[in-house]
Amino acid sequence: MPDVNITVDGKKLAVPAGTLLIEACKSVGIEVPSFCYYPGLSLQGACRMCLVKIEKMPKLQTACTTVVTEGMVVSTEIDEVRQARKAMLELLLANHPLDCPVCDAGGECELQDMTFSYGAAESKLIDIKNHKDEQQWSPVVYFDRPRCIMCYRCVRICGEGMDVWALGTANRGSAQLIMPNHSDYLECEECGMCIDICPVGALTSGAYRYKTRPWEMKHVGTVCTHCADGCKTTLGVRRSPTGMQIVRGDNRDKSGINGDFLCIKGRYAFDFASHDHRIQQPLIRREGRHVPASYDQAYEHIALRLKEIREQHGGHAIGVIGSTRTSNEESYLLQKFARLLLGTNNIDHHRTADFPSFAGALARKKDATASMRDVFNAPAILLIGNDPTEQHPLLAWQIRNNVRLHRARLYVVNSSPIKLRRQAASFTQIPAGSEPQLAAFLAGDDSAANALASGEITREALAALRDKLRGEPNLIIIFGSELRGSSIDSLVRFGAAISGAKFVCLGDYANSRGAADMGLYPDLLPGYVPVGSGARFHEEWGAPVPTEPGMNLLQMVDAAKAGRLKALYIVGANPVARYNLDPFALSKTFIVAHDMFLTETALLAEVILPAANAYEKSGTFTNTCGDLQLLKKAGDITTVKSDFEMLLRVADRLGFDLRQLVPFRQAERADLGQSRGAQSGEADRHAIWLEAHGLEPKLSPFDPIAMLDEIQRLVPGYDVSRVELLAGNDQHTSIEAGVASSIASQPELILPANDTLFTSGTLGRYSRTLNSVIENPRRAPADKADREVVV
Amino acid sequence: MADLVSHPDEVKVVSRRFGQGAANLDRYLELDGYKAVQKALSIGPDAVINEMKASNLRGRGGAGFPTGMKWSFVPKQAPKPKYVLCNGDESEPGTCKDRLILEHDPHSVIEGVVVAGIAVGSHTGYIYIRGEYRYLSEIMQKALADAYARGFLGKNIFGSGYDFDVYWHGGAGAYEVGEESALMESLEGKRGVPRIRPPFPAVVGLWGGPTVINNVETLASVPHIMLGGGEWYASLGTPKNGGTRLFCLSGHVAKPGVYELPLGYNLKKMIFEVGGGIRDGNKLKAVTPGGSSTPVLKADECDVGMDFDQLMKAGSMLGSGGVVVLDDTTCMVKYLQRIMMFYQHESCGWCIPCREGTDWLKKTLNRFHAGGGVEKDIGNIQYLAENMLGRTFCPLGDAAAMPAISIVKKYRNEFEDHLNGRPCPLEAKALEAVPA
Amino acid sequence: MRFSDSFESRFTSMLGHYPTKRSVLVPTLLYMQDELGYLTDEAIRDIAQRLELTELEVRNVISYYSMLTTRPRGKYNVQVCRNISCMLCGADDVIAHLKKRLGIAHKGTTADGMFSFEEVECIGACSWAPAMQVNYDFHEKLTPENAEKVLDEYRRKGSQ
Ligand SMILES: Cc1cc2nc3c(=O)[nH]c(=O)nc-3n(C[C@H](O)[C@H](O)[C@H](O)COP(=O)(O)O)c2cc1C
Ligand code: SF4
Ligand code: SF4
Ligand code: SF4
Ligand code: FES
Ligand code: FES
Repeated sequence: MPDVNITVDGKKLAVPAGTLLIEACKSVGIEVPSFCYYPGLSLQGACRMCLVKIEKMPKLQTACTTVVTEGMVVSTEIDEVRQARKAMLELLLANHPLDCPVCDAGGECELQDMTFSYGAAESKLIDIKNHKDEQQWSPVVYFDRPRCIMCYRCVRICGEGMDVWALGTANRGSAQLIMPNHSDYLECEECGMCIDICPVGALTSGAYRYKTRPWEMKHVGTVCTHCADGCKTTLGVRRSPTGMQIVRGDNRDKSGINGDFLCIKGRYAFDFASHDHRIQQPLIRREGRHVPASYDQAYEHIALRLKEIREQHGGHAIGVIGSTRTSNEESYLLQKFARLLLGTNNIDHHRTADFPSFAGALARKKDATASMRDVFNAPAILLIGNDPTEQHPLLAWQIRNNVRLHRARLYVVNSSPIKLRRQAASFTQIPAGSEPQLAAFLAGDDSAANALASGEITREALAALRDKLRGEPNLIIIFGSELRGSSIDSLVRFGAAISGAKFVCLGDYANSRGAADMGLYPDLLPGYVPVGSGARFHEEWGAPVPTEPGMNLLQMVDAAKAGRLKALYIVGANPVARYNLDPFALSKTFIVAHDMFLTETALLAEVILPAANAYEKSGTFTNTCGDLQLLKKAGDITTVKSDFEMLLRVADRLGFDLRQLVPFRQAERADLGQSRGAQSGEADRHAIWLEAHGLEPKLSPFDPIAMLDEIQRLVPGYDVSRVELLAGNDQHTSIEAGVASSIASQPELILPANDTLFTSGTLGRYSRTLNSVIENPRRAPADKADREVVV
Repeated sequence: MADLVSHPDEVKVVSRRFGQGAANLDRYLELDGYKAVQKALSIGPDAVINEMKASNLRGRGGAGFPTGMKWSFVPKQAPKPKYVLCNGDESEPGTCKDRLILEHDPHSVIEGVVVAGIAVGSHTGYIYIRGEYRYLSEIMQKALADAYARGFLGKNIFGSGYDFDVYWHGGAGAYEVGEESALMESLEGKRGVPRIRPPFPAVVGLWGGPTVINNVETLASVPHIMLGGGEWYASLGTPKNGGTRLFCLSGHVAKPGVYELPLGYNLKKMIFEVGGGIRDGNKLKAVTPGGSSTPVLKADECDVGMDFDQLMKAGSMLGSGGVVVLDDTTCMVKYLQRIMMFYQHESCGWCIPCREGTDWLKKTLNRFHAGGGVEKDIGNIQYLAENMLGRTFCPLGDAAAMPAISIVKKYRNEFEDHLNGRPCPLEAKALEAVPA
Repeated sequence: MRFSDSFESRFTSMLGHYPTKRSVLVPTLLYMQDELGYLTDEAIRDIAQRLELTELEVRNVISYYSMLTTRPRGKYNVQVCRNISCMLCGADDVIAHLKKRLGIAHKGTTADGMFSFEEVECIGACSWAPAMQVNYDFHEKLTPENAEKVLDEYRRKGSQ
C-alpha cells in the first residue's frame, strides 16, 4: 500500500496507509498520552486522553482510533488539546485515592506521570470519593477498585492475549468495575499479565505487594529458569542479610522474545530461591547424617574419593549426570570435566526430547530451525503433540497472537482436545500414541493412515490435511516428545518438500536444549558430534579423551546396582525422583550432588555442594527453539556458589590445570566488559582467591564467558554475534551437526516432564507462589485438570 | 392504556390510526394497511429512496438525520447480510410517543421496517422495544405473528419473490442502549456499550453487516410517505424539515399529552393553545424543548418554530419531541440535579469524562441543592460540563452537559440564591426527597 | 432448569432469529427473571450453558441492565418514576408517601415479601405524569392517595 502524507505539529511525514494516528505520531517522537490504547490489543477509545485536533473536524478526535488519511493536519500540543488532557485527568482523579505514597505502583504509575505532566493534581472535588475495600482475588492477584481507571487493558490482555477471558466488566456508570470470573474470586492461569499491564496500582500481585518501592530495587534483565521457552524477565533485587534477594519478576523490558508475555512461573516463581529449605553450606555425610562442612573440607573430600576411585577402577567406574537448568557454560564444562579429567564418557542428563535425532535429521540443512520470534510471524504453523498452553506457555502465546494479529493458519494434530485448538484453522484428533504414524503418513506412507483414521477423521480428511500443509510455504512444524527417532526423520522429510519450512522440537526445562547441545550424552560431544569423531575437540583440549561411548543414565544406575559404578557426580538433577529409581540401587556408590535443596537424589549423596541457581549467575541458556540468551546475575546468597565455580574448585583439588578446562587466557573475542567485573559480581567475589593463586582477577577461570569463547569456537551452530548476545538480545543458533545423519539416539530414555502451568519439576516444589495456587481451596478440583473456559 | 388527546391544530399522519383498533391486522388492512410495502416492491429501491429524500423526513430519535440520505449510505453490494433495526428503546426523559405508536399502530412500524429493507436490499429486520414496555412487546409479537400468518412477512412477501423477516427484540432497562451502536451491542447479547465510529452502522453494523437504524416514529412515518408521496409529506413541514411529528407535552401545562403537529409549529402556541397554558394560572419559566438532553429555553426564548433548524438557531435542539414545560414554581437547581441524577444513573461507564463527569456533577448538585453549596461549585459545574461536551465516547456525555451548561448560564442567579438562602429558596422540603 | 412451556418455545424460536446464539441473551434473562423472581445462580449457570457463554459474561450483562437483578424481590415491584416530568407533577410526594406507607426505602422489600419499592428513571409516561409501574403494569396521573389505593388493590390480589 502507498504511504499516506500527514502533518503533525507542523512536521510532515509519510506513514503506511492504515496506520493509527497515535502510532504515526509516535514514529516521529510525538508522544500522545494514552491509557486505554495498548498496541496489539483491540481499540477502545475509552479514556479520551489521546484527544487531538484534526483540521476540518469540529470536535477533538481520539488519536488511538483514528486512521490516518491523506493530507490530514493534526495538532497535539495546542491549548485546546492540553486543556482537554488536563480536564480528563482531573475527572479521573475525582474518584481516585491519592495514596501514591503507599501504592505499589507509585513511581511506575502512568496516571502519576501524566498528572505530573499536565498539572492536574489539585482536586476540585469536595465531595466524598467512592470507596471500596481491596480484594484478594487469587493467591497472585489483588484488586483495589478505587485505583482502577477503567482502561480495560486487563480485560483485553486476559481475553484477547491469554485466551483465558477471566476478567470482565460489571455494573455500569460510576459503579462499573472489573470483575473476576467467580464474581469475588479468580480462577485462571495466574499469569499476572493483567497486573503487569495495569497502568496504575489497581491490580497488584501477592508476591510483591507492599514489599518495597520500585526505586529501592535494582533491576536485572535475565532469562526465566523454568520452562524451555526462555522468556526474558526483569528481576527486581534488593539487599538482604544474606546477599541480594529477588523481590519481583516482570518484563518491563519488552525487547525479549516474549514481548509482553510472562507466565506465572516467570513472573512469580522466582521465590524458590529464597525458600527456607535452601542448602546454604556444604554437607558431608558422617555416620549416616549430613553435617555442615567448610567448602575446603568438601572439595578435599570429593577430590580424595574421586582420585582414589579413578586410580583403582579407572574412569569408566565414574558417572556424571548433568542438569537441564545449569548454564551452557556449566554443561559444557561438566562434560569436559568428565571426559578430560575423569576420563569417562559416562555422562547423561534427564532427556525430555530427542534432540540428537532432530539434529541428525537436520544434518546439513541450513536454517531449518525456527526461532521463538519466527513462531510469532510465520504464515502457517503445524503443531503435533504436546500441550503448549501448559508446557510451553510462551510458545502458546506466540502461536495464539500470531493467529490473532497476523491471521496465521494453525493446524493442530493432537490426541487430546488441547486448548490451542481454539485458535486452529484445523484440529485433528488422533489416537493417543499414534503420532509416529502421523509423521509417517505425512512423509508419504499412506498405509500409516490406518492407525490414525477414526470417526470424523477419515483417510480423505487426513490426505486433505497433508495436501493443505504441502501448500503452506514457510510452514513452521512444531512437535512434542511424542515424536522420536525415525519419526523425526519422517517429519523432516515431509518438511523438506515445503519451501521455507522450519522446525521446533519441544523439550522441557529451561536449558534442556542447552544440555543436549553441550553434549551431556555418553555418545555425543557438544554439537551432537559422535565421541569417535571429535578431532576438533581433542585438538583444542590437548589431551586424549575416551572415544568409546559411555553408559547412559539407566545403564549407570544398573552398573551402580551391580557394583561396577563406584562414583556418581550429579549436578542439579534429581534422577531418583524423575526416573523413580530405587534409592538402594545407589547405596554402594559414592555420590556427589550439587543442589539447592535436599532432594531425593541429594539425600543419597555423601557430599552435597550448595548450588546457586540460574538467577544467581551469569552465562547463557538455549531455549527449545535454539535461541541463545544471556543470563545475568540477579539474586545472591553469599554462602552458595555457582556450579561452574564448584566444578573448577574440585578440578583444582584433583590437581588439574584449570587453563586446560577453561581457556581464560586464550580469549579470542572481545566481550566489551559487560559480563565481567562489577557487572557480574564474579571478579569481586573471587579477587582474594585469585590473588592467592597468582591469577589475574580480570581474566579468571571462574568467568563463564571464557567458556563461551570455546563453545562459540567449537560447537557447530553457536557462532552467533557476541555483541548482540552481550547486549541482552536473543541469538538464534542452528542445529547443523554437519555429521553423519544417523546419530544413535535412545528414544526410550526420553521422559517428558509433563509440567503444568503451576508445576516446574523440582524447582516448582519449592515455590510458595506455585504451591499456593495449587493448594488454593477455591480452585475447583475438576478444573485443576482442565482449566478451560468456554467461549 | 395512556389517554389520547386531540387539538384542532393537529395534522394526523402517524397518529392517524390511533384509537381505531389498528393493532388488529384486519382493521389495519381496512385503513390502507400493507399497501406501502406493495408499492415499495413495485417501484423498487431507488425510487423508494428518492421518495424518502423528497419527503425531507428527518430522524425522530433525536439527532434529526435525513432518513433518505441515511438509507442511501448503505452499500448496494455487501459481503455480509444487511439489516434494518427499529429503535424502540424510548427512554429520553420527557418522551412518550413511540409508546403510543407501538400500542395503537404496530403494523405501521413493521411496514416501515419492510420498506426500509426493500430500499437497502436487506432481508431481515428487528424491532427493539425497551424492557419496561412489556405490554407493547406482547402487542408487537402478536402483530408479527399475524403478519407472518398472512404471508406479509417471511418468504416471498406479497408474491414478489422478495423474502423479508421481521423479529421482535426486547431490552432490560438501559437508556444508553437507545444510542444506535449500543443498541446493536445489546441486540447481540452484550452490555450496552457503544462502538467506535467510524465505521458507521450503515457500513458495519449488526454482526458486521450494513445496518439501517431508525426510530419507531421515523419508520411509522415511512408508509405514509410511500402512499402520500414525498412531496406531500415535505409540504406539511418547513423547508428541510418535512412532515409532522409527535410532540409529548408534559410538565406544568394544563393539558399534557401527545400531539401531532407540523414541524415548525410555534412553541409558544404549542404551550398556550394546544397545551392549554400553564397549570394553576402560574407563569411560564422555561422549556426543555426536545427531551432532557436539550438545552433549556427561557420563557422569552419560546417564540420559536419547532423544527430542527430553528431550534438550533435558538441555541437548543428539537431532539426527541419531549417538550417539558416548567412554571415559575420550579427550582432550576433541582431540575438540573434531577437531570444529572438520571445521566449519572444511565452512563454506561465506558469513558472517563462521562462516567466521572456525571458522577461528580451529581454529587455536587445533590450537595448544592441540599444547602451545602459553595461559591466555586457554580463555576465548577460549568467547567466540568464544558469539558465533557464533545469529548465523550458517545453523545450521552453531551446529553448530560448541554442542560447543565444552559441552566447554569441562564439561571445563575438561582444558584447564587441557594448559596444565600440555603437550602432551596423555592422549595423548603426539597431535601427530603433527594434519594441516595 | 425447568421453565414454562411458553418460555421454552419462545427461547427456541428466538434462537432461530439471529446468526449468533448469544443474541437472545438480554430478553431471555428478563423472561427468566419473570418466572423466578430474580436471576439465581442456577439460572445464570443454565443460560450460560445454553448459549455457550461463561458465567462471567452473563453476570457482566445482567449487572448492566437496571431491570435485571440477582437478588430476591417482592411479589410486586413498585417502580415510581422520579424523572423530570414526573417530578414536576408531584412524583416526590408520591414517592415519599409510598415509602412511608410501605415502610421501606429505595430498593427495599417489605417483610412479608409482598412489595419492593424502587425509584426509577423515565418510563415513557411523561405526558401522564406522575407515573409508576407495578411489575409491568403502568399506573399514571398519580397522587399520593390514588397511588396508595393502587397498592391496596395489589395487596388484596396478592394475598388471595
Ligand atoms: C444516549 C442516547 C440515547 C438515545 N436513545 C434513543 C432512543 O431511545 N430511541 C431512539 O429512537 N433514538 C435514540 N437515540 C438516537 C439514536 O442513536 C439514533 O440516532 C436513532 O435511533 C436513529 O434513528 P432516526 O434517524 O430515525 O432518529 C439515542 C441517542 C443517544 C446518544
Ligand atoms: S492472571 Fe492472567 S489469566 Fe489470570 S486474570 Fe490476570 S491475565 Fe487473566
Ligand atoms: S484494573 Fe488496571 S488494567 Fe484493569 S481496567 Fe483498571 S486500571 Fe485498567
Ligand atoms: S513460559 Fe516458560 S520461560 Fe516463559 S515465563 Fe513461563 S516458564 Fe518461564
Ligand atoms: S488512548 Fe485513545 S481513548 Fe484511550
Ligand atoms: S419523566 Fe416520568 S415517565 Fe417520563
